[in-house]
Amino acid sequence: MPELLIQIAIILVKIVALTFIVVLPLVPISVYFERRFSAIIQDRVGPNRVGIPLSLLGFKKDFHFFGLIQPIADGLKLFLKEDFTPVHVRKAFYWLAPALTLVPALITVCVVPFGSPVTLFGHTEKLVIADIDIGPLFVFAVSSLSVYGITLAGWSSNSKFPFIGGVRSTAQMISYEISLGLSIIPVLLYFGELNLGKIVQFQADHGWLLLPLWKNGSLGLPDLQTALFWIPAAIAFVIFTISIFAETNRMPFDLPECETELVGGYHTEYSSMKFALFFMGEYAAMVIGSALIVTLFLGGWSIGFGLDKHITGFHIGGFHPGGLIHLGVFVAKLVAFILFFILVRWTVPRFRYDQLMKLGWVVFFEAALINVFLAALIIAAPQLTAAILGIGTVLLLAVTAAVIRVAKVSEEHPKPLRA
Amino acid sequence: MAVVKLQRPKLNFGEKIYFGALIKGFLLTMTHAIKSLRGKSMGAKALESSGLGVTMQFPEQRWDSHLPDYYRGAPALVTDEQGRERCVSCQLCEFICPPKAIRIVPGEIPPGDPWAKVEKRPREFEIDMIRCIYCGMCEEVCPEQAIYLRKDYLITGLKRAEMVHDKKKLYEIGGVRTGLVNKWNELK
Repeated sequence: MPELLIQIAIILVKIVALTFIVVLPLVPISVYFERRFSAIIQDRVGPNRVGIPLSLLGFKKDFHFFGLIQPIADGLKLFLKEDFTPVHVRKAFYWLAPALTLVPALITVCVVPFGSPVTLFGHTEKLVIADIDIGPLFVFAVSSLSVYGITLAGWSSNSKFPFIGGVRSTAQMISYEISLGLSIIPVLLYFGELNLGKIVQFQADHGWLLLPLWKNGSLGLPDLQTALFWIPAAIAFVIFTISIFAETNRMPFDLPECETELVGGYHTEYSSMKFALFFMGEYAAMVIGSALIVTLFLGGWSIGFGLDKHITGFHIGGFHPGGLIHLGVFVAKLVAFILFFILVRWTVPRFRYDQLMKLGWVVFFEAALINVFLAALIIAAPQLTAAILGIGTVLLLAVTAAVIRVAKVSEEHPKPLRA
Repeated sequence: MAVVKLQRPKLNFGEKIYFGALIKGFLLTMTHAIKSLRGKSMGAKALESSGLGVTMQFPEQRWDSHLPDYYRGAPALVTDEQGRERCVSCQLCEFICPPKAIRIVPGEIPPGDPWAKVEKRPREFEIDMIRCIYCGMCEEVCPEQAIYLRKDYLITGLKRAEMVHDKKKLYEIGGVRTGLVNKWNELK
C-alpha cells in the first residue's frame, strides 16, 4: 500500500512540476519574447520597464530586469478587467469555449519527454508524466480537440465575424490535420516506435533525425541509408512545421483571428480572463507544437554529438542529475524554436484564405503522401532486389510527375467566354 | 473613365516555390534585429537612439535640445524688462481661444501705482491645461505681446485643479521677455 501511495505522490509531483513549473511559465515568457523580439525586429525597444518597484519601499533604484515582470502585469490587468458577457450569446457554450481551447493544449504535455531518467536513492524515474506507447497519436487526438473551443467560441458568440472566424478555423484545422498526420509517418517508420521517450533515446544514440552525425556515442558520417533518409526527413520536417503553424493559428496562418477582415476573429466578443484563456491556449499550443517538433526532429532533450552518455552517466553518489541537465537542454531548444515561431510571425505576411486551402490540400497533402512512399522505399531498400528497387523508383517518379501535372492543370483558370 | 486592365505579374518557378522569398524575408528581419541590438539601425544616430533600435527612452533621454524654434508648448504670461505685467486684460485671447481654456478676471490698476496709466491688468488669469490645444492663437492675437507659447511640454497633475495654471504659475513659466512693445515705457 505505501508503495502505491509513493507512486501516486511521484506522479503528482511530476504533473505539478512539469506542467506548472516548466510548461506554464513558458507561456507568459513566450508572450514576453514575442513582444521584445518583434520590437527589436522593428527597431523599437519593447516592454523593458515593468519590474519590482523597489523605490516604493525606500530603495534607491527600481529593479527592471529587462521588463521580465511585464507578463505578470498583463495577467493582472486581464484579471481586473470587467468580464462582460453580451446578452446575445449562447451562454453555456460561450463559457465553455475558452476552457476547451486551453485544456487540450495542456493535456498534451503529459506525453512529452522532458529529459532522460533521473535516479535518486536507487529509484529511477522517467521525466515524462505518462510514458505511453502511442505518443504522437495521443498528441494529435487531443490537440485537435482544441478546434472545438474555437468553433464553439465563434458559433456561441452569435455574431457574424466571430462565426466566420470559427468556420475558417474548422476548415483550416481539417485541411492541415491530414498533412500533419501524414508527414510524420516517415519519421515513425524510421524509428519503428511510437513512444516519444524511446524516440528521443534513439536519437541520442544514433544522431538526431535532421543531424545524423554520430553513432553509438561517437562522431562519424552516417551510412548511406541514413544519409538518404535525410531527404524525406527534411521534407517531413518542413511539412510538419508548417502544419503546426496552421494548427496553432499562428501567423502566417492566423486567419481565424485575422484582424483586418474579421475584427478580432473568434474571440471578438470575449473580454477579461476569458479572452486571456484563448490567448494562453494559443501560446500553449505553440509551446507544445515546438516541443513536438523538437522531440521528433531535433533530438528532444539530447544534447547530441555523443555527449549524452556522459551526461547520463554523471552521478554524485546515488544521485544521477543527468535528467535535469537534459531538461535544461530541452527547454533551451524549446525557447529557440519559440523564437523561430516569433521570427516567422514577424516575417511572413498572412496568406489569403484560398491560398491557405490550396497549400494544405494541393501541395502538402500530396507532398506528404509521396514522402511516405519515398521513405518506405529508402527504409526497405536493403531487403529489396535491384529490379524491384528500380521499378519502385520509376513508379515513385511517375506518380510524383503525375501529381505535379494534375496540380498544374488544376491551377489553370477557366477562360472567360468573352474577354 | 477608361478601364485599365492590369496583368498580374507572371511568376517564374522560383517565385512560385516561395522559399526564396521566405529566406529573403528572414534575412531582412534578422538584419533589422541584429542592427537594432547593436544600436546601428537606420537613422538611430539622427534620432539619438538609446542604443536599442531607433527609440529614445523618454524620462532619461529628452528631445528638448532638438525642439524647433516654432515649437508650441505651454502658453505663459511674460513680464517686460521693468517687471511690469505685459497683459492689460483686454481679453482678446479669452475670446479667441477655440477650446475656451482661458479665463480672465480684469482688474484696475490703482492710481498710486507707477504704471497707473496702463489702467488695467488681470486680477486673475487662468489657463486650463486640460482644455488647451496648444494652437497658439492667444499668442497670435495678443496686441501687447504678453502671452507666449513656451517650450514646456510636461504638464502633469494628479487632480484637475492642478492642471489649471493660475497667474502666478503662468508668470513663473513665462519669465521676462525684453523688447518689442515699448509703448508704456516712458524711458524709451
